[in-house]
Amino acid sequence: MSKHLGGSQIVCEALLKEGVDVVFGIPGGAILPLYGVLSQYPDLRHILSRHEQGAAHSADGYARSTGKVGVAFATSGPGATNLVTGLATAMMDSVPMVAITGQVGRAAIGTDAFQETDITGATLPVTKHNYLVMRADDLGATIHEAFHIARTGRPGPVLIDIPKDVFTEMGEYNPDAPIDLPGYKVTGKADESQVEAAAKLINEAERPVILAGHGVVLSRSWGELKEFAEKTQIPVVTTLLGISSFPEDHVLSTGFPGMHGMAYASLAVDQADLIINFGSRFDDRIVGDAKRFSTGSKKIHVDIDPAEINKSIQVEAPVVGNIKDVFAQLIPKVKQATHVEWLRHIEHLKAEHPSLRIPETERLMGQHVVKALSDVTKGDAIITTGVGQHQMWAAQHYQFKNANSWLSSGGAGTMGYEVPSAIGAQVGNPDKLVWSICGDGGFQMTLMELATAVENNLPVKYAILNNNHLGMITQWQGFFYDGDYQAETYTANPDFVKLAEAYGMKGIRVTSQDELESAIAEANAHNGPVIVDFVIEKVDDLYPMIPAGQSVQELIEDPN
Amino acid sequence: MASGNGTFQRTISALVQDKPGVLARISGLFRRRGFNIASLAVGRSEQPGMSRMTFVVEGPDEVVRHVAAQLDRLIDVVEVNDITEQNIVWRELALIKVAAPTAIRGEVLELTNVYRANVIDIGVESLTLEISGGRQKIDSLIELLKKFGLLEVIRTGRVATLRGTLVEGEADGLYQANASNPTYVLPITTGESGSV
Repeated sequence: MSKHLGGSQIVCEALLKEGVDVVFGIPGGAILPLYGVLSQYPDLRHILSRHEQGAAHSADGYARSTGKVGVAFATSGPGATNLVTGLATAMMDSVPMVAITGQVGRAAIGTDAFQETDITGATLPVTKHNYLVMRADDLGATIHEAFHIARTGRPGPVLIDIPKDVFTEMGEYNPDAPIDLPGYKVTGKADESQVEAAAKLINEAERPVILAGHGVVLSRSWGELKEFAEKTQIPVVTTLLGISSFPEDHVLSTGFPGMHGMAYASLAVDQADLIINFGSRFDDRIVGDAKRFSTGSKKIHVDIDPAEINKSIQVEAPVVGNIKDVFAQLIPKVKQATHVEWLRHIEHLKAEHPSLRIPETERLMGQHVVKALSDVTKGDAIITTGVGQHQMWAAQHYQFKNANSWLSSGGAGTMGYEVPSAIGAQVGNPDKLVWSICGDGGFQMTLMELATAVENNLPVKYAILNNNHLGMITQWQGFFYDGDYQAETYTANPDFVKLAEAYGMKGIRVTSQDELESAIAEANAHNGPVIVDFVIEKVDDLYPMIPAGQSVQELIEDPN
Repeated sequence: MASGNGTFQRTISALVQDKPGVLARISGLFRRRGFNIASLAVGRSEQPGMSRMTFVVEGPDEVVRHVAAQLDRLIDVVEVNDITEQNIVWRELALIKVAAPTAIRGEVLELTNVYRANVIDIGVESLTLEISGGRQKIDSLIELLKKFGLLEVIRTGRVATLRGTLVEGEADGLYQANASNPTYVLPITTGESGSV
């Protein structure tokens, strides 16, 4: 049944039909007509962000942690351009999002009008698809297409730009109109011959390794991954974004490889005779020098996106399909195996290359903080991070108990992701404990979102690993720029406890190891947002490390 | 097809939705993935609402081999085929305005006949020729006309299509996007795929 409605109402009705219950955004002139009808749609909860980048990362954190499409609103011009970092972050990590931006009126488009930016042009490379909707009649169909594109296939962000006078124009909305996208193919099951070829390699392999990427998480296939690994007795290495796709206390769990991954994981990948890649794009942080990457192994690459096959690593057996479907096809075809020798060797690698040393010192180090967080929360929290040393310590030392409980900007490497993404995760998971592990650098890139947490009484816990440094920059300048330290020291950090209090939050400072557990427990017990300012050692290098573009032969283990 | 300097050319045929901004999406993708467009031809296709594009892209082999797969990710691209190694016929078209005063006009017309080009405009001091065919044929005519004085040369991109009769074993391209699941097959080495 077609309805005759104003453009803004069509937008809201279409969002509700897509199951949207929360939107993160900030109003502005061009999108005001949409805000003008929000009161008619009380089921669409609007959370007022403090910066559009925050709105985008919150929508991203909501999407990753719930599996639903995250939605952000912004106005034209600077409102829209402020979304770009958030869209790029979601694009690189294949996160389903829909951003709706206001645009200047149709007659003003192309005239350099006030707050006019060609946002569909600007976001071409950082969206899966985008739209400029020029008629209210097209709004409903466009929104349904956008959600379909965002959530199916390889997920990703979609932007819909709507001129101000299209919001106010009357139009027809048919909620049941079929989606017509002749150029969009959603990959499901893989070709049987590809699955057969992969199964043959798996059944013949003597030293196989599973590389579980973000695709396992995005397709919610962690149950299937466990079943497959246990049946075949193949050790599981995850990628950075594959963390929490496999239980870390499992005997087959073998860490994550690559630049700052566990040495034993990198060595296992290097020494394998078969790598079974489920939904990882062979990112350069894992591969390093592609010519020297695991040269003795054959590779199976299972990916929903055919463009990822042979992009950076040539593989013997491509399997193009949705990971969940491929597991269903593959599991009956693989033989039960034991791989006793190989698993014994992996245990040996773990013993010889422990990789996760907690420094034995009286001083407070980042590793101590993450270890204590892991212990006190029993691995049960949703963790979000920024980018840098704190992120790697979190990845290394937090023992994730639950699937899909790790939210981090892997591909884009967006500092500042930690603060707003935690807000989105908490909105999507009101009954779960959400800890945002932050660096003092990234925290200050988006800290204005603390107001959003307070305003909505979201009990997010922020752990700032505060060393008054851009720690990873300090490390790289030490390693690769002859210790010529430039612009890596923060000499004017605010007092984060007072900052918390200024925002109406609880603030706790921790300066020694003795205080760790009680402070974390106190934060957990507080019914509201908290900042814990962990004053950690100024400079500490992060190990293991494989320098960029190198291979496992150049792996640097902790010298201590 | 090798084209010197370690770069390779690939011919891609794509059916795309006829919508504003499609060309910008495609050219943007080519730019950021480092594909160089050697030629491009776009026009409405036999299907309503659809355009057909023929690209010739060049770059390092391992890079240009990925063009079709990347193109197929675009929502507005309905069908992509890398037809480089397939049995195709292709044509380019050129309009050539050449200086042709009466004294040498006969010689120019003779070349026109040999190359099966057409005279489409006659001026007092010039002739405008139309020629279609393979790239080498057009290059060769242009080369021969240089001595008379080229006033203007306008060339289209390549348009290509599969031959109606396929020789068995030659039908597989590098990337077949319109199958139910896109798959890779090993490239088949064939000879010069153009046709004069």
